[in-house]
Amino acid sequence: MAIRVERAFGPAVEGEALVSEEGFSPRYDLDRWTGVITKPGHKLEGASIKDKVCFFPTAKGGIAAGWAFYDIKWKKIAPKAFIFGVTNPVMVQGAVFAGITITEGWNPRAPEVVKSGDWVRVDPSRRTIELLRGA
Amino acid sequence: MDLSAEERAMLAGARGEAVRRAIAYQIEVGDFWGARRFVPVTNVHMMGDIEVMGDGGLQFLREEVSLGARCAVATTTNARCIDFAHCRRLGQDEIEAGKEKELIACLQQMNVITTDTCINYQTVYQPHLGEHVAWGDTGTVIYANSVFGARSNFESGPAALAAGLTGRTPEYGFHLDEHRRGSFTVRLDAALDDLADWGAVGKLVGEAHQNYFAVPVFHGYRGTPTADELKHLGAALASYGSMGMFHFVGVTPEAPTIEAAMGGKAAAESVVIKESDIESVYAGYGLGDGDARLVVFSGPQQSLLEMKRLAELFDGRRVKDGSSCFVTTNGAVLAQARKLGYAGKLEDAGVTLLEGVCFYILQNLSPMRIANGWSNMVSNSAKIVNIIGAHRFNTILRRTAECVEIACSGVLR
Repeated sequence: MAIRVERAFGPAVEGEALVSEEGFSPRYDLDRWTGVITKPGHKLEGASIKDKVCFFPTAKGGIAAGWAFYDIKWKKIAPKAFIFGVTNPVMVQGAVFAGITITEGWNPRAPEVVKSGDWVRVDPSRRTIELLRGA
Repeated sequence: MDLSAEERAMLAGARGEAVRRAIAYQIEVGDFWGARRFVPVTNVHMMGDIEVMGDGGLQFLREEVSLGARCAVATTTNARCIDFAHCRRLGQDEIEAGKEKELIACLQQMNVITTDTCINYQTVYQPHLGEHVAWGDTGTVIYANSVFGARSNFESGPAALAAGLTGRTPEYGFHLDEHRRGSFTVRLDAALDDLADWGAVGKLVGEAHQNYFAVPVFHGYRGTPTADELKHLGAALASYGSMGMFHFVGVTPEAPTIEAAMGGKAAAESVVIKESDIESVYAGYGLGDGDARLVVFSGPQQSLLEMKRLAELFDGRRVKDGSSCFVTTNGAVLAQARKLGYAGKLEDAGVTLLEGVCFYILQNLSPMRIANGWSNMVSNSAKIVNIIGAHRFNTILRRTAECVEIACSGVLR
């Protein structure tokens, strides 16, 4: 099963999926020292993004996120990739600066075919995400 | 992207390694968004401090300095994380403060003007209609696009710095006419008497339309919004909705009429904001354990007029023993507020005035919250009550005078 993405940057990566029904900001939602989502009430509160392929429907806020991706990469708590339904320039600028794979747009809608714990491969050059095996 | 001869030369290293890296990075970002070319920018506003950048970001700046990086256009800085005069009292980390000083020195060596303000649009530079700039934070961008009719995307720290070095930015998003047209309308059928009410509008509209490219068109308001009101509206829209632009019919330059603001498009949706909607925003905040010991006026920094109003509200009163009230502003506003006696009145009331910072990005904020036993944070800024959650505050939006009352009484309602 493959998902087509509209825009993509970065190297091809494989990893465990972390699928959110809620949008994301590394500033609003994330503890940038542990890589754990700590915003009270976030739908992934308590989950770690480290080494995951993170699926988020939207991006939230915030200019400070641009440095935050580089910061979490430096601290070795970065995810393998950010897969957004809809994103904003800050997420892209931040991911490109940090060398983290990022994509936007999905067909079909990723949360309908991928769930947290699945193993997926993201290939920006082919603009596809493949589900390699289920959780 | 189609590159000019000058841009090709930059990419070949003709202006040094720092510029080569910057333009190569900008091309990657531009390619992602399908930008066809660069546009020159006249002004850059960048976020850069040790709290947001971390050690990796500081190391990057050291390298940039060693490569001789120098900004080619006027480049100013956003609010930062440490006011050195208050660093120790706030329990901020001395090692991090040392890094922050080094970081500031690096930026200054790169020809960056360290204004340390998120209200550059009120105090430093006001671009004109159609002027291309490269700004961040989000509140500055939405103000530039909407109120001035200038053109900027959200430019995060590394992207803004790259724009400062190359003097240009990829042409996508709000640099293009097609993205500046309204996408839905919002009729304002409410009095909106307080800055917090304007933030509440931003929350209602932004939360329901989380999309950078969604452009609301406000109309029907029976008064004339002030600059501070538009600032709180924009900051909240950008924060809750990740939005970069709005129109306000009869107020903003690209919106003489609804039709002009929509650019011939049909509105995808027509929203109405009523008085009851605003009240429901305030009613929606849980009071947690009732802790009322932290009141913050920040995010965005206060303008001189906001400082005056706060000085009037706090005049002759005292922040309750055991409570803390913080006001953040920039150096220029604070200097004038001192001269005019506003700062003195606030300090006499026990308010802490922080210069050049935003409360939200204060270095060591989570440990500060724990050390003080704060559980709630009360503010009149819809933006800051949205963005501070990762530090595990329960946040509560209240109108300005109510915030002052809570600070002085220690009672949360």
